[in-house]
Amino acid sequence: MNRIVDHPILGPLSEAEVVHIIVDGVPFTARKGEMIASALIANGKSTFRKTVKRNEPRGIYCGIGRCTDCVMTVNGIPNVRTCVTAVEEGMVIETQMGSGEWQ
Amino acid sequence: MNQIKREIVVIGSGPAGLCAAIEAARSGAQVLLIDENAKPGGQLFKQIHKFFGSADHRAGVRGLDIGEALLKDAEELKIEVWLNSEACGIFDSTNVWVVRDKQHSITVQAQRIIIATGAVENSINFPGWTLPGVMGAGAAQTMINVNRVLPGHRFLMVGSGNVGVIVSYQLLQAGAAVVAIVEAAPTLGGYGVHTAKVRRAGVPFYTSHTVKEAHGNGHVERATLVRLDEKWKEVAGSEFEVEVDTICIATGLTPAVELAFGSGCMAVNSPALGGLVPVHDETMRSSNTAIYVAGDVSGVEEASTAMEEGRIAGLCAAHSLGYLGQGAYEARLGVLTRNVNALRSGMFGQKRREAKEYIVSSYGAHR
Repeated sequence: MNRIVDHPILGPLSEAEVVHIIVDGVPFTARKGEMIASALIANGKSTFRKTVKRNEPRGIYCGIGRCTDCVMTVNGIPNVRTCVTAVEEGMVIETQMGSGEWQ
Repeated sequence: MNQIKREIVVIGSGPAGLCAAIEAARSGAQVLLIDENAKPGGQLFKQIHKFFGSADHRAGVRGLDIGEALLKDAEELKIEVWLNSEACGIFDSTNVWVVRDKQHSITVQAQRIIIATGAVENSINFPGWTLPGVMGAGAAQTMINVNRVLPGHRFLMVGSGNVGVIVSYQLLQAGAAVVAIVEAAPTLGGYGVHTAKVRRAGVPFYTSHTVKEAHGNGHVERATLVRLDEKWKEVAGSEFEVEVDTICIATGLTPAVELAFGSGCMAVNSPALGGLVPVHDETMRSSNTAIYVAGDVSGVEEASTAMEEGRIAGLCAAHSLGYLGQGAYEARLGVLTRNVNALRSGMFGQKRREAKEYIVSSYGAHR
């Protein structure tokens, strides 16, 4: 886990309700209210999609919803910006291949 | 299509937008504040360091605490806030097309619009720059300070300006190692106090160096650094490798001007403040007299400056609709103008002050 549990300025990590998500078929736990990208990084996943032509990996770049490098297929909807979309209980998230497909 | 009316619509709830909304509401105007994120505050809540300036600018207070105080003000003034709401376009000068919750389309007919959309991080390109593990320094800052996750453990910082050194220090606070900070220029770019903290922590700085290549199988594993000569050309044979899993790019910001230019605001080029920005006068009014701009979208500076500009825009937009008597308006504008000028004084502020003066002096030519 890559959670920052203790922090000299921000203090200890607060308690948060656990949210269950499925990422590429694997169950992950997340903190209620956090962004999908944050939950994936906490669980050690850094490749969010593969590019259209050369199948190259991409992860987060700007983290504030501007660059669209972190888009994934979420609950069957492609091109969801995971850095500005919060996790929800039971969410199904998939590494997006190319420009993705509606499911 | 749904259509509603509001007196003033503020787009973006970062430091500039929040302050604009608060000032306009205090002046008596009816304000709607729109933000596409689930939480207001923009990038203020990842600024966990203490701000500079005088006591008037809340110097010595951490960015996130300033954010909390502004949200409290907005709440007390009962400002209407729409979150998860994207301002997709402005047409016929004052109609804002908004999509709420990614589902509902609505048009807000405003008498005045204040655009406070902020800025986006710049990038630099090098082989391997698309690998997962290469990201904006601001992205890493969001991950560690807002989301409380570490996107890596061994960082390379590219750029020694304030963002580069502040984020480096915050990475150390979050428990990561900063292996090196490279700076293409021959001298360091950040304020001495921030730079010194990182230096004291033992982080090596490499001036006249840049990143030449990122290596790794599916993720950053190493980076090649190279020395630059006085003409900024790579010195052959000076390459060396550092073992890092994350490369942060801190090479400046570009104003997020899409909405402003899409709505027809005229542009002026200000290289010192990030490139093309909407031309505006000293009241932050754009070439479209119903549209005001404030904060980084009107020229990249700092959060403290953005807040003062936001207040000026909010005050002047409200006054242009008839709120506040002339005396009260002029007195308040005088205070805010002095505040913002104070932030643009001294050895660090002079260049920004001159750049702003150029933008304002270009206003007449664009009307």
